[in-house]
Amino acid sequence: MSERWQLTARLAALGLIVAIVQITAISQVTVFGVAIDISPLLVASVGLLAGSLPGAIFGFCVGLFIDTALVQTLGVTSLLFIAIGYWSGRLRELRDPSHSLVPMAVGAAATAIAVIGFVVLQFMLGVDAPVSWLLLRQIVVTIIVNTLLAIPVYALVRRAIRGSLPEDPRRRRRRAYTTGGLSPLQRPSQR
Amino acid sequence: MLALLVVVSLILLTAYFGESGGGPFHSIQRGVIQVLSPVQDGASRALKPARDLFGSFGDSFHAKKQVGQLKKQVATYRQEAVQGQEAIRDAAEYAALLKIDRDTTQPVAQYTQKTARIIVRSVDNLLRDTIQVNAGSGDGVRLNDTVVAGDGLVGHVTTVAGDTSVITLITDQSSSVQARVIPRAHPRASYYGLLKPSVGNPTDMLLQLIPRDAKIADGDFVVTGGTRSGKLDPLYPAGILIGTVRNPSPVSIENDQEVHVSPAVDLRQLDFVQILTAPNGSAGGLRAQVGP
Repeated sequence: MSERWQLTARLAALGLIVAIVQITAISQVTVFGVAIDISPLLVASVGLLAGSLPGAIFGFCVGLFIDTALVQTLGVTSLLFIAIGYWSGRLRELRDPSHSLVPMAVGAAATAIAVIGFVVLQFMLGVDAPVSWLLLRQIVVTIIVNTLLAIPVYALVRRAIRGSLPEDPRRRRRRAYTTGGLSPLQRPSQR
Repeated sequence: MLALLVVVSLILLTAYFGESGGGPFHSIQRGVIQVLSPVQDGASRALKPARDLFGSFGDSFHAKKQVGQLKKQVATYRQEAVQGQEAIRDAAEYAALLKIDRDTTQPVAQYTQKTARIIVRSVDNLLRDTIQVNAGSGDGVRLNDTVVAGDGLVGHVTTVAGDTSVITLITDQSSSVQARVIPRAHPRASYYGLLKPSVGNPTDMLLQLIPRDAKIADGDFVVTGGTRSGKLDPLYPAGILIGTVRNPSPVSIENDQEVHVSPAVDLRQLDFVQILTAPNGSAGGLRAQVGP
């Protein structure tokens, strides 16, 4: 199986399993009165590891699955998750951040996009209900909780798709620049 | 490719939003949840211990707070139960004297109750509050059937497939219930209003459009009114407990015509619900009527 198909298969399995576990179990666990939702973290992690286009496609598929399984308006979650997957992938392609806390920052931003975007879209679609300050509190708590969960989710996604990730040309170029194209063990001066 | 995905999402959103409940996208959704329901049911059962473990941490703190309040409530309710029993006996005697054939049992008992396990809960609980259960049209569940848990109102059925159905909770932003306050200080009075959720807080609801001169006190019971709030809204049987009034303010009643209501059922801690399907034979006088 080619590397590309292997990555596709792994992402499909990862998305399906995590989405089912999310809607059947994780969403029923509440922290500070807020139900945990790791799906934006999943999409952001895939974008960060696999790039913008795989991230956007993965986000679309996961969003469509969630919208269908929860019998909610089709297209809302997919639209938001496309933005999350693409944006996190572009961050990797343009900046290539290597700090270990990057998944936390990306996770917080992804959750903010998902939660605030969902609320805005729902209000645009005609939600007719009084809005309390508690809504704002819930949004903030959701972002904080997901920020704390971002690193474990990123580690899980990296472990799941590590073997089938394509070689990043930027990283390959950078390694070639710093090592002279060879592993330090193979340099003549270190033989 | 990215533009294509965005366009597809927007087309789906527009088409889904514009079509009726029987449209192709809704049909596809029903088919998908029908296929997924066995998987979700299995996963829900398998992951229940882990879910309970996490839930128990928060619950233990919450339970300690509630013990004191509940002890006080038990003493009050015990006294009221004695008075209630006397009132029921008197009512039965009067009914016999007037030859009124009226069923005095609980409204819930007049329906066939189908117990169902919750297999999916909506991921987002800010604006949407739905659950999916493992009972569907094959079990006699129909669209708009009322759903209760522990004799408190939970919501109504909004989507039905063969072995599964989706229930929209009373705390969902789209929900509105015609409700009635039974003031304990004035048992003969009752005040009707429209119960709406308080967005962002599933433990709080707002009873709106109550009379400005309503005499409502803390802890008064709120039950279903037995009429529809709109032509397309579900018809809940009359007399099902919804919750209790919380800290009513005379100013808020006079100016805003609203009071806060705490739901009787903790909707976040449910594992099972009862769906009220076809009434048992004659529904008697307590069946809900269509409002004007």
